[in-house]
Amino acid sequence: MARAGAVTSGAPPRAGGSATRSLRKAASPRTARGLGLALLGLAPIGFLVVFFAWPVLAIIGRGFAAGGLAVVLKDARTWELAGFTVASAAASTVVAVLAGLPVAFLLARVRLPGVGLARTLVLVPFVLPTVVVGLAFRALWPDGGVLPIVLANAFFNVAVVARTVAGLWARLDSRTTDAARALGASPWRAFRSVTLPALAPAVASAAAVVFLFCATSFGVVLILGGARYRTLETEIYLRTVDLLDLSGAAALSLIQFAAVVAALVLGGLARRRKEGARTGAGGARRPRGGEWWAVGAAGVVLALLVTPIVALLAESLSTEDGWSLAGYRALTSTGEKGALQVSGWDAAVNSLKVAIDATLLAMVVGVLASVVLVALRRSPAKAARGLGETMDAVLMLPLGVSAVTVGFGYLVTLDALPGDLRTSPYLVPLAQALVIIPLVVRMVLPVLRSVDVRLRQAASTLGASPLRVWREIDLPLTLRPLVAAAGFGFVVALGEFGATSFLARPTAPTLPVAVATLMARPGELNNQMAYAACALLMLVTVLAVALIDRLGRGGVGEF
Amino acid sequence: MKRRAATAIAVVGVVAAGCSLSDGDGGTQQTPTVTLVTHDSFLAPQEVLDAFQKQSGIKVSVLKQGDAGSLTNKLVLTKANPIGDVAFGVDSTFASRALSEGVFEPYTSPEADRGPQRYAVDPEHRLSAVDVGDVCVNVDTNYFTTKGIPAPETYDDLADPKYKDLLVVEDPATASPGLAFLLGTIAKYGDAGWKDYWTKLKANGLKVVSGWEEAYTKQFSGSSGKGPRPIVVSYASSPAAEVGDDGKPRTKALLDTCYRQVEYAGVLAGGKQVENARKVVDFLLSQQFQATVAANMYVYPARQGVDLPAGWAQVAPLPQKPQTLPADQVQAGREKWIGEWRALVQ
Repeated sequence: MARAGAVTSGAPPRAGGSATRSLRKAASPRTARGLGLALLGLAPIGFLVVFFAWPVLAIIGRGFAAGGLAVVLKDARTWELAGFTVASAAASTVVAVLAGLPVAFLLARVRLPGVGLARTLVLVPFVLPTVVVGLAFRALWPDGGVLPIVLANAFFNVAVVARTVAGLWARLDSRTTDAARALGASPWRAFRSVTLPALAPAVASAAAVVFLFCATSFGVVLILGGARYRTLETEIYLRTVDLLDLSGAAALSLIQFAAVVAALVLGGLARRRKEGARTGAGGARRPRGGEWWAVGAAGVVLALLVTPIVALLAESLSTEDGWSLAGYRALTSTGEKGALQVSGWDAAVNSLKVAIDATLLAMVVGVLASVVLVALRRSPAKAARGLGETMDAVLMLPLGVSAVTVGFGYLVTLDALPGDLRTSPYLVPLAQALVIIPLVVRMVLPVLRSVDVRLRQAASTLGASPLRVWREIDLPLTLRPLVAAAGFGFVVALGEFGATSFLARPTAPTLPVAVATLMARPGELNNQMAYAACALLMLVTVLAVALIDRLGRGGVGEF
Repeated sequence: MKRRAATAIAVVGVVAAGCSLSDGDGGTQQTPTVTLVTHDSFLAPQEVLDAFQKQSGIKVSVLKQGDAGSLTNKLVLTKANPIGDVAFGVDSTFASRALSEGVFEPYTSPEADRGPQRYAVDPEHRLSAVDVGDVCVNVDTNYFTTKGIPAPETYDDLADPKYKDLLVVEDPATASPGLAFLLGTIAKYGDAGWKDYWTKLKANGLKVVSGWEEAYTKQFSGSSGKGPRPIVVSYASSPAAEVGDDGKPRTKALLDTCYRQVEYAGVLAGGKQVENARKVVDFLLSQQFQATVAANMYVYPARQGVDLPAGWAQVAPLPQKPQTLPADQVQAGREKWIGEWRALVQ
């Protein structure tokens, strides 16, 4: 961390300092400041080391110790699995980007009734339990297969693209497009040559996240792929959970790790290439001319997103003898023959509590990490920038590593901590936060970075301390995006299933866990109650998103 | 602006009230708490647990750890420092792994000779049988009555062209009933014959899905999902959940197609409260608890002389001649068989 100490000293000069003076000279009087930054950086790093790196490395280490990795790595079937995982995730990412762009346009640039509703609705698929979505797609494609896998994974993630890109698009200076049009470019040409390149960082950022989500998707692949189409994730699960073949799982985890790092590097390159898109006055207005096509496309995408949701609501209402609210009434109970240990409402309340904890934790860690990253990136020292970029990529890794690897890793490590956290209910928000932190960083970082350095310099020149600069300049300018990031994190926490299902106690299930429990038991009422619980989950999500959007409205909200 | 401030206050209020960390599972009571590690299907009425606490002074804290396989593997990984004191739910498919890894310590419950002993797997008495749950082919009786063809009864019938395109099974790699059904066919036809049998099933339009939920609630025509297929691999007890308002079952388990899974409990080696853990094993084998397993977990009590819920004798009787395989044989063959099955059926 000594390096980080040197880093900030390169920040804007204060009283009369020369910007060009050597780093070495500058370092000594400002070590205190560097130390502060290092301490800030320690919190997120410490969190990730204890709750991510250590457990994951421990479980992979056991696989190494057992030996036999080479056998798996040399097996042609392993590489088929890897190829299918990467190809299907890439295909899902392409579909999600193509479907997300018109929606992003709608959210960012169009003033029409119903856009606010679309903004909220687009997030709903994100929280739907995978077993429910898997079964909905299976109803449309009875034999499963590659196409429904690709589409289902894209279905979950359109929101990531739509809301990330819309965030940047809304801030994009419309004068550049106007200039292109004035010079005779067609609207399409202007979009292709001016808007699209400017949006590239957001698209790349969203695509990287979507790719990670798709490459580690579990539930839908299991249901739609059957035994024929398997991915690294389903195979790691099988080998860890059923076969206790830790060396095989470790070999596959290494490949998964490599794929994830490759995706992150590619995403990072695309982001960097296009850094610093001009932002300025954007603004939404009624669409005109060819823009109606984009609006129409967005409408089609939204209709497709809503279809499974409507089917699910229909399922929650239909019984053998026609329509009924029995499933909803059952939410106050613990299900047929007490399938759950608590009622559906209790599960909803618990979901909210856990998601709030997870979001608060993720915001603290994620914002700290972003602040440190921005400082590192602004540093003139090459090494510091390199460190910043490495840390940036490392922070994303929790999205790309299997929940089962982390979950089993907890079992073999966390008893070394005081209080034996291995099976503690406190682990649920911690594990959810792990998934949210990368998203928070992805959303907060570009906004922090877009804060005009000159404002901060001016504040510094006027004698403000670094903390004061942050409070007076950075915080007010980024508050709304921070709220938006918290909102999205909250939604992700509400829908998180993989890690939660490992850790949640039966006395305190979250809604997605309750849905899975109900689905796994016979009895019509349990099945109906499961769908009603899904509806409740969607309602909770819609209300939370609407509230958060209201708080962050008018800001540079990404999601 | 005012409205936004109000919203902000509301949010802060929710956040402050929400914190899940503020209410752990409670209290500073002096009651000794025994942690029972079990699978996701475990369900015991709170009254029964409360009654046990009253009588023994022991509070049972339930910790669910996935399905039987996941549970076993987690116990193996944590055997040096177990996550609980007693475990229930390691079944005959995974027992041998748990035993060879030394997860459990010997304990012969005084209740064990009331029936559980019939299913003993281990001469050292490290595991006591709590319940048996047979996996059997279920049929939609209405379908066959309407079509005017007799319902199938045996394994061989399922390969009969008369029942073409009617059977749905779970993938043995991803679903435990699927694995049990595969093991049943291996027990029935032997190492030499099971592949031929599955080749015939495949030719007869077998459908494979990854989970029980999909097979039973979406594909099977006898459940509320009203799926397209009238024959499904499920449990001997499933028909008990499909009794109509008229008291008549809509489905039936084929008692000649069953594979027996026994679920065991044992005291975890290295646990901190061995004495209390033993009492919990006694409790799991007691009349009191055994009387609840059928209604709550859809399994059959291991203890003799425990009444099944009303109607089960007609609707969901315990199969008398199920297929079985010795635990060590399952342990040795499982991965190989699944691999061969995949190559054959996919």
